[in-house]
Amino acid sequence: MIMNIVQALNSALDVMLANNSEVLVFGEDVGYFGGVFRVTDKLQKKYGHHRCFDTPISEGGIIATGIGMAAEGLRPVMEIQFADYILPAYDQLVSEAARLRYRSNGDFQAPITVRAPYGGGIFGGQTHSQSPEAIFAHVTGLKTVIPSNPYDAKGLLIASIECDDPIIFLEPKRLYNGPFEGYHDRPLKPWAGETDSNVPEGYYSIPLGKAKVKRAGSEATVLAYGTMVHVALAGILESGVDAELIDLRSIVPLDVDTIEESVKKTGRCLIVHEASKFSGFGAELSALVTERCFYYLSAPTIRLAGWDVPYPHAFEWDYFPSPKRVAKSLKKLLEN
Amino acid sequence: MLYFTAIRYKMPESDSDKGKHQRFFIPEPNARPGDTPDFSQLPISPVGSVARPQTSASPETLRDLPFKLIRTLNEDGIPEGEWQPEITIAVVRKIYEYMRLTRIFDTKMFRVQRQGKTSFFLASRGEEALGVVPSIALRANDMCFPTYRQVGWLLARGYPLVKLINQIFNNSDDPLKGKQLPVLYSARDFGFYSLSGNVGTRFGHAVGWAMAKAYRNSDDIAIGFIGDGTTAEGSFHEALTFASVYKAPVILGITNNQWAISTFTGLATNKDTTFASKALSYGIPGLRVDGNDALAVYSVLEWAADRARHGHGATLIEFFTYRSGAHSTSDDPERYRPKEEALLWPLGDPIERLRQHLLTSKAWSEEKDGQLHKMLDKQITESLKEAERIGVLGESKPDVREMFEGVFKEQDWRAVEQLKELGL
Repeated sequence: MIMNIVQALNSALDVMLANNSEVLVFGEDVGYFGGVFRVTDKLQKKYGHHRCFDTPISEGGIIATGIGMAAEGLRPVMEIQFADYILPAYDQLVSEAARLRYRSNGDFQAPITVRAPYGGGIFGGQTHSQSPEAIFAHVTGLKTVIPSNPYDAKGLLIASIECDDPIIFLEPKRLYNGPFEGYHDRPLKPWAGETDSNVPEGYYSIPLGKAKVKRAGSEATVLAYGTMVHVALAGILESGVDAELIDLRSIVPLDVDTIEESVKKTGRCLIVHEASKFSGFGAELSALVTERCFYYLSAPTIRLAGWDVPYPHAFEWDYFPSPKRVAKSLKKLLEN
Repeated sequence: MLYFTAIRYKMPESDSDKGKHQRFFIPEPNARPGDTPDFSQLPISPVGSVARPQTSASPETLRDLPFKLIRTLNEDGIPEGEWQPEITIAVVRKIYEYMRLTRIFDTKMFRVQRQGKTSFFLASRGEEALGVVPSIALRANDMCFPTYRQVGWLLARGYPLVKLINQIFNNSDDPLKGKQLPVLYSARDFGFYSLSGNVGTRFGHAVGWAMAKAYRNSDDIAIGFIGDGTTAEGSFHEALTFASVYKAPVILGITNNQWAISTFTGLATNKDTTFASKALSYGIPGLRVDGNDALAVYSVLEWAADRARHGHGATLIEFFTYRSGAHSTSDDPERYRPKEEALLWPLGDPIERLRQHLLTSKAWSEEKDGQLHKMLDKQITESLKEAERIGVLGESKPDVREMFEGVFKEQDWRAVEQLKELGL
C-alpha cells in the first residue's frame, strides 16, 4: 500500500497497539486530536483512551511517567511534539532512562520509545527546526533512530517499540508528506511513485543498526540520515561524481561495518547533516572513518552541515544544506 | 458539587476497552465537536461579591481568594463592588482603543498569513485585555515576560505597527533581523521580554528580574505570564518556589484560556481546584479574576503591583478567560471542540463588555465608536501596506551576514570560515 511517512508511522502504532496490550501511546495533543502532524490520527477512536491519550504540557513529566510505566513492564510510545521541546526531559533521558538498567544491574529497565519530529525545511524558526541527534548519540544507553522514507519509518518504529533499550526516534518532518531533495523552489513531490513508499499493511520490522546503501558508487562515500539522504542523492546526481550513498537509518547503534567497507572501497568520504557542524554527529563519523580507514583515504573527510548558528527563520535556505553544496563538496573531495 | 475547570469530564462512549482498565483514569472534556457545551456547573461568583483585602494583608488571611472569581462589570456594563478600580475615563478609553486595535491587527494578520505572506501567525482573540491592561496598569520601567498571545502590551505602549509587521514578514527592516519566527517579538525599550516558541521557560526569568530590582533597591517590578497548559511544566513550579522564598517583587500571571491547542484544562490540573490555588502551597496570595472584565483585570494588577512595590512579595493571578480563536494558523479548533463554544462562554467578550461600559458613561457614543473603528482599521491597513512595500516573507530579508551575528558577542573562527564558504 502506498503510504507517506505519517501514514506509515500511524500504521506501525496501529499494528503494535493491536498486537500488544502493553503498548500505550501518549503525548501532547496525540489523543482526541491525533497529533499536530496527525501521526496518531484515529488511534484513540480505535483503541480507546486508555491506550492512546493526551498528556499535560510537561515533557519531563511525559518521559518520567513513561519510564515508570516501562519499569513496571509496559511499552510506552511517547510523542514529544517537536524535538526542540525535548530539553526539559533531558535529565530524565540521560540520568534515568539511559542508566536505569546499568545502575540497577538489570533489576529494572526502561524500554521506552520517544518519537519526535525533527529538522528544518518548513519555516519553523528556531524552536521547530532543530536537529538534536548529537546530544542523544553522546549518551551511552540511549539509541537514536532516524528513518528517511515510509517503509523504513514503519519497520524501524516497530523494531524500536520492541527493543528493550530506550529509543529516541527522530522523524524528519520535512519528509512526512513527500520526499524533499532540497530544491525549495520546485513543486512539492508526493511519496507515491517513490520506491520506499510501498508499505506492507501488517507487521514487519527492520533491525536497528543496519545501514542501507541507497546508491552504489565507486569514487566517494556519502554518509547521511533523515532528510539529508534525499538532499545528498540529488547533490550526487548534480555533481556527476559516482558516489556511494549510505543511509545510516540509526546513528546508535551505528552500522560501522557498512561504512568501513564502503570508504575502504572508495577512499573518500563526505558526511552530510542538517545540525550545526561543530561537535555534531559528523565529528564522530569523521573520527571513525579516520581511525578505521586512514590508510585507504585519498583525501581528508569533509563534513557538510548546518552553519554554527541557531536555526535562523529568514535564512532557512541559506542554512539548510543544499544539493548544490553537496555537489561542491564532492568535487572538492575529488580534487585530491 | 462545584467544578472549577470550565469543562467537566465525561467518558467517551466509543471506548472499545471499557471495563478492562477501569482503574486507570483519563480525563476528557464533556463537549467535543457535535456536542453542546455546558457551562452550567461553572462556579462564577456574583459581580462585586468578592471583598478586596488591604494590599499589605498577610497571605494566611487570603486563603479563600483563589476559589472566588473577582468581577466588577455587571450585565449592564456598570462596575460594582470593592474591586472597582480607581481609573479615569480617559484611561478606560485608552484600554478600549488598544483592545480594539489588537483585534483588528490580529484579524488582518491572520488573513495575511493565509495569503502566504508569512509562515506563521498567532492571534489573541478573546484575550485582548490580558495584553493591553497590564501594559497600561504597570509602569514604564516594569518588565513584562509575556506569553505569545499578548501583542496588546506592545500596541498599548506605542510600538510602531510597521516595525511589528516587518518582524512578521522577516523583511529587510525586521527589528530582529530575520532570526526569529513571526510574532516572537522582543522589545526591551517597551518593557517586553524576548519571546520564544518553547513555553514556560521565561516564567523564572520574571522572578530573577524582580530579584535584581530588589537588589538594586528599586521599586520597579516584573510581571510574568504563563498559559494554563504550561503550569504543568516544572518551570512554573520552580518560578513559584523562588518567588516565594525570596519574596520577589513579581506578579505571576496564568492566562487560563481553557485550551492548550486541543487539550482542555482538565489535563493541566484536576477539576476540584483552581490554577490560582496553586499559590497556597507556596504561601503567596492567589487571585482569580474574570479575564474578560478589563476593569477587574486592571484592579487586581494594581493590587498585586502595590503589594510587590511595598515589599510584600509575589502574587499569583489566574486570568480566567477563553481562547475564542485557533491556537495558531496551524490548527483548526473545530476539530477538537464544539464550534459554538466560544459564543456560549458565560463571561462574554472582553471588548464588547468594555464597549458596553463606555457607552453607559456618556463619554462615549455609537458614533464615536464607529469613528474609532474606522481610524484604527485605516492605521493598520496603511502600516500593512508600508510593510508590504518593504517586502513580505521571502521577497525581502536582512543581509545574510546577520545569520552569524549575535551567536557570541564576538564571532570566532567558525563564523569567519563559514561566511567565506557562503562567499561573503
